Amino acid sequence: MGEFMQRHPAWSVVLTFLAAVLLWAIFAPWPDGLEEVFGKKRIFLNAVFSGVTLGGLYFLVASGFTLIFGLMRNVNLAHGSLYLIGGYLGFEFSEATGLWLISFVFVFIVVGLIGVVLQYVVFRRMEGEDLRQTLVTIGLSIVFADILLWIWGGQSYTILTPDWLSGPTRLPVISSIKSNGEVVYLSYPAVRIAILVAAIVIGVLMWLALNRTRIGMLIRAGVDDREMLAASGVRIQFVFVAVFAFGAGLAGIGGIVGGTFQSLSPGEDVRFLLASLVVVIVGGMGSIPGAALGALIVGLAEQLGSVYAPTYSVVFTFLIMALVLAFRPQGLLGGGR
Amino acid sequence: MKRFLTASVAIGAILAGSPAFAQETIKIGILVALEGAFADGGKDGVRNVELALRQVNNMIAGKKVETVVAPTDTTPDTTIRQARKLIEQDKVDFIVGPLSGSEGIAMRDYAKTIPDKTVINGISGALETTWVDPAPNFFRFNLDGSQWGYGLGSYVVKEKGWKKIATVAADYSFGYTNFLGFAVDFCKSGGDIAERFWVPLGSSDFGGVIAALPDDVDAIYLGVGGTDAINFLNQYEQAGAETNLIGGTIMADQTVLTSKGRAKEALAGTPTSGPFANDNPDPAWQSYVKLYQDGFPENERFPSPSLFGLGYYTATLAAITALEQIGGDLSDGQKKFHEALSNLELDSPTGKIKLNENRQASGTVFVTEVVEGADGNLTSKMVAKVDNVTQTLGMTPDEFRAMGLPSRETPDCAKLRGG
Repeated sequence: MGEFMQRHPAWSVVLTFLAAVLLWAIFAPWPDGLEEVFGKKRIFLNAVFSGVTLGGLYFLVASGFTLIFGLMRNVNLAHGSLYLIGGYLGFEFSEATGLWLISFVFVFIVVGLIGVVLQYVVFRRMEGEDLRQTLVTIGLSIVFADILLWIWGGQSYTILTPDWLSGPTRLPVISSIKSNGEVVYLSYPAVRIAILVAAIVIGVLMWLALNRTRIGMLIRAGVDDREMLAASGVRIQFVFVAVFAFGAGLAGIGGIVGGTFQSLSPGEDVRFLLASLVVVIVGGMGSIPGAALGALIVGLAEQLGSVYAPTYSVVFTFLIMALVLAFRPQGLLGGGR
Repeated sequence: MKRFLTASVAIGAILAGSPAFAQETIKIGILVALEGAFADGGKDGVRNVELALRQVNNMIAGKKVETVVAPTDTTPDTTIRQARKLIEQDKVDFIVGPLSGSEGIAMRDYAKTIPDKTVINGISGALETTWVDPAPNFFRFNLDGSQWGYGLGSYVVKEKGWKKIATVAADYSFGYTNFLGFAVDFCKSGGDIAERFWVPLGSSDFGGVIAALPDDVDAIYLGVGGTDAINFLNQYEQAGAETNLIGGTIMADQTVLTSKGRAKEALAGTPTSGPFANDNPDPAWQSYVKLYQDGFPENERFPSPSLFGLGYYTATLAAITALEQIGGDLSDGQKKFHEALSNLELDSPTGKIKLNENRQASGTVFVTEVVEGADGNLTSKMVAKVDNVTQTLGMTPDEFRAMGLPSRETPDCAKLRGG
């Protein structure tokens, strides 16, 4: 942070100013003039919160994707399928047992195991052959999509939210102040808040694991120079399998989250693969903070776009991607390698 | 390859050698979407053409009937290519189809290039197909998207007392058209639309739109379908909103009602409208449903006929009836056939159908309400019907034209309420 401020003083001022404006817009009650131009504050707040929660979901899916790419240089185009498998399994598990929270553990383990099998049986055999790996992952995604269609059919599934998370909750954020001075707080779906908190917790834990633990050190070393790490006696295949399983498990968890506040159906796999690609391209391939930033930007762009410019909302995401590719091809937080 | 060649030469020789033989059969091309989002509905369309032909033992006016299926993927260019194949290679006498809106518009234009053949629409529902510059040999025996919405508006105003609403509908041609039919009727009955939201097709996150919905309205009209509809309902419930809902034709259909999860429960009690009602007590409808259910084994059909199936069934029925009237005479550029179709009064499963001067059907629209069935599943219950809904929704053609084609701003609610 300090380093960035020293190198780019002008940008730091602009970014700090923008952040301050955003914080003011969220917490302070809006004056009437602003409400006339932008519509009600409630709408703005909801769009921002929805964007952030959507970003949380994108982060869950994309962080696994970017981790696998960073370490193994493997563009796993079957990542969307892992998302959808996780969602369907989560639906079946929580439907059978009624335990929504436990379904996350269950799905993380099962989809993680699928990841282990994929890495151990398939990708280990074609290490370093980028094109071959990419083609194989495309093939796998098609096979998975058809198997899922065969088992779960073409209908849509939504996962039941547990009672303690259904319905709205009140946030300590002022939505408006009525003429009689009564303060109206923002009410917002509880389940989305839970998702947001979970995504932040997972993100922080991942950052800590990568930067403060031994296994994290190994992974970072592997990202920087695989050959040197292998030469220094680390059994790098174990690290690969562990990272692939972890990334796959995260995608599976993403599936439950997506199934809870959106829905699951054939085609969602491709949608989330595409979203992950955009997120990591914007944020920077292989970077976890980059995935977080990219997810936040894409989520906010989608939601603010759908409220304030519905006609063009589809374009915004790709416009951002094109801009990043044009001016900073390695991604916002991508390394310069 | 060699055998294939021999066979085709032989067939060619038979066809060329006996012109009398060619007259003894009637060849029907079935143009239907069998790929993409409507594939299941398309299959039901093919089944229903078979079903209708089976009732006459594949014989019309003493001639044997042959069918050729041409699969499309709902894109207009594939549709035209397949239609061309049907006419030029398979030499069919007439085409039954297509299935979806933009295909219908493309076929209207193609029909003009084959004036001595006939196209009978399958179930495509774009208003423009028979309203803007219609083709003289294109006949549509199903109602269009705006007619499907008619009758619902007056029902919610008069029976439910919902006078002020906000609308959320899909931002494409069918979304506009279906909404237009609802809005014309709603506004004329004294209703008021406070705000209109248009969402892109394939949206999955409606959080922002739901927050922007005004809270001082009696109900919200939803004109989205399929997965979009389920996502909306799911998020609508999570946001804790509890306003009444009004459904567009694709909002409360089987795709949504048979989905897994709790999202659809928000739909209970929602009125909607469309060209048929499953529990219609009319004997014509009941016997059609029975015919359909007996006609195919249970795992090869829907529990009851789909919208798509009904459309293709009605189209085939119209062709059979008209051909019987003229003794199967397709000579002289099919002039007699065209005339018979234009003047037909068809007794369809959903009531009497007549064509107007644009060869577009006028018929019955059914208003239904989503209720919880005996087994806890949601099903729809017929609550009202409106007979003889015309293409111009009860206005004169000039009034209808003055209103403008369906779009985000059309119709103008205040104007309709005043006039």
